[in-house]
Amino acid sequence: MEEDVLSLRKQLMEKDREIAFLKGKIDQLGKDSESLRQLQDKITLHAPLKPKASLTNADIMRYSRQLLLPELGVQGQLNLSKTSVLVVGCGGLGCPLAQYLAAAGIGRLGLLDYDDVELNNLHRQILHTEQGLGQPKALSAAQALSRLNSAVECIPYHLQLSPENALELIQQYDIVADCSDNVPTRYLVNDACVLTGRPLVSASALRMEGQLTVYNYRGGPCYRCLYPKPPPPETVTNCSDGGVLGVVPGIMGCLQALEVLKIASGQGSSIEQQLVMFDGQETRFRSIRLRPKQASCAVCGETPTVTELQNYESFCGSAATDKCRRLNLLPKEQRITVLEYKSIQDSSAPHLLLDVRPSVEVDICHLSHSLNIPLASLENKKSGDIDQLREKISALKTQMKTDLEVPVFVVCKLGNDSQKAVQMLEKMSGCELERISVKDICGGLMAWAQKIDPSFPQY
Amino acid sequence: MAAPIALHLEFGGGAELLFDGVKNHHVTLPSQSEPWDMRQLLAWIRGNMLKERPELFVQGESVRPGILVLINDADWELMGELEYQLQDQDNIIFISTLHGG
Ligand SMILES: [Zn+2]
Repeated sequence: MEEDVLSLRKQLMEKDREIAFLKGKIDQLGKDSESLRQLQDKITLHAPLKPKASLTNADIMRYSRQLLLPELGVQGQLNLSKTSVLVVGCGGLGCPLAQYLAAAGIGRLGLLDYDDVELNNLHRQILHTEQGLGQPKALSAAQALSRLNSAVECIPYHLQLSPENALELIQQYDIVADCSDNVPTRYLVNDACVLTGRPLVSASALRMEGQLTVYNYRGGPCYRCLYPKPPPPETVTNCSDGGVLGVVPGIMGCLQALEVLKIASGQGSSIEQQLVMFDGQETRFRSIRLRPKQASCAVCGETPTVTELQNYESFCGSAATDKCRRLNLLPKEQRITVLEYKSIQDSSAPHLLLDVRPSVEVDICHLSHSLNIPLASLENKKSGDIDQLREKISALKTQMKTDLEVPVFVVCKLGNDSQKAVQMLEKMSGCELERISVKDICGGLMAWAQKIDPSFPQY
Repeated sequence: MAAPIALHLEFGGGAELLFDGVKNHHVTLPSQSEPWDMRQLLAWIRGNMLKERPELFVQGESVRPGILVLINDADWELMGELEYQLQDQDNIIFISTLHGG
């Protein structure tokens, strides 16, 4: 009898919980439809935000802890609610930035990203979840933000910012946050902000470091004032090549949110002529005094030559993406496919497989019979490594018992560095090394994982 | 004759990768008849510290685009750029701009 009552009570509690969950879900869906706009694949005009006359009781309750700050106060909060912010890139910077802006009660967030959520994003792009894999990032972010604060209007844009659409989009927003991941987009966003007179809060992060500046604000310099010429494409490292510790863009995105909130609330940002650098290795911040707005600047100077948006990919010599470039340095005869290499391996013909990735990547995964000498060691002619290579090749030569050149196959992650290594080894063949015939394996270990061995890790 | 001067050179944002991954370098420039300026420092770095691929750091007599130079925590544009005359114990930072997000 007593046991029956207990069991029934337990069942009842479970049902109650279920009902509460379903009710919550219905409420949520109702709210989502109010504040979360449909995914946009082109730019449409949205009505300007209407200023609120006063805060509701719910607003006061919700924002009470920041309303208590004299720096913000009621007027600051009202200012936030009538401000729209365009977030360019919903990745490692954009996610924490948008999260804090939504939580603080910003009026409208434009969330722009042309990518879909991938598993390797989740360590730093904290609005996206395992359930959202494969979804457009803009939508995934907008849904998460609407759950956090349904009063914030979220407009997801699943498109690439371009010279054709940038002005039309940016002029609909009060403040722009550059959370992008490539050089052409940074110049494009800068020029569009100068041409439309919008302040640009810009952050970037790589490996263990971050940088932050507010451009085109209160007479300060723009991005081009600082960097009139784009960096040579071969000197630019992106997160998919160089890596990044997730919390580092997290820290920079939060700082970016701070500056946006100060501008939006009316306090103003204090870093319009400053570069804030963060070194996560040494846990150190540093503020640098920057040059003022440059009279000679091509876009914000006295006699600007950039009066409309340009082709930024050709200006920078690189694509507006952080995906890896595919180099084509070698003739066809000097490259083999992973399939061809597989048959060479299976035939047990004597050869050397040289893996030129940095050792940190070799630790992640490698083919068991490969010799690892990083590209940098070849470039610097690091003596220990070159000796090792020379010995390996001599041993193979003895083993082959012929006068033929020793076959060397070079592999890396994607097949770019391996081509550079082939060019370098060609020059060394016959002088620093025995004569070798050297080829690169097209597409590298990631092609190996896709086409030959599905159990080989991809990163 | 100008006496030898000691400098603290710092590389960041990935520029350190051209210097064996070492961010901090304490160097002493030898004495010479004229005072050292930034132009001469860049030539000295190129000759004494850069091993391979100097074009990833210097271009012409200045740094390549995308590297910001800071003299004692100020943009070198405020300090006279290549003409700046180095003082003993100056702190010179070469920082590569980051683009990732
Ligand atoms: Zn400018």
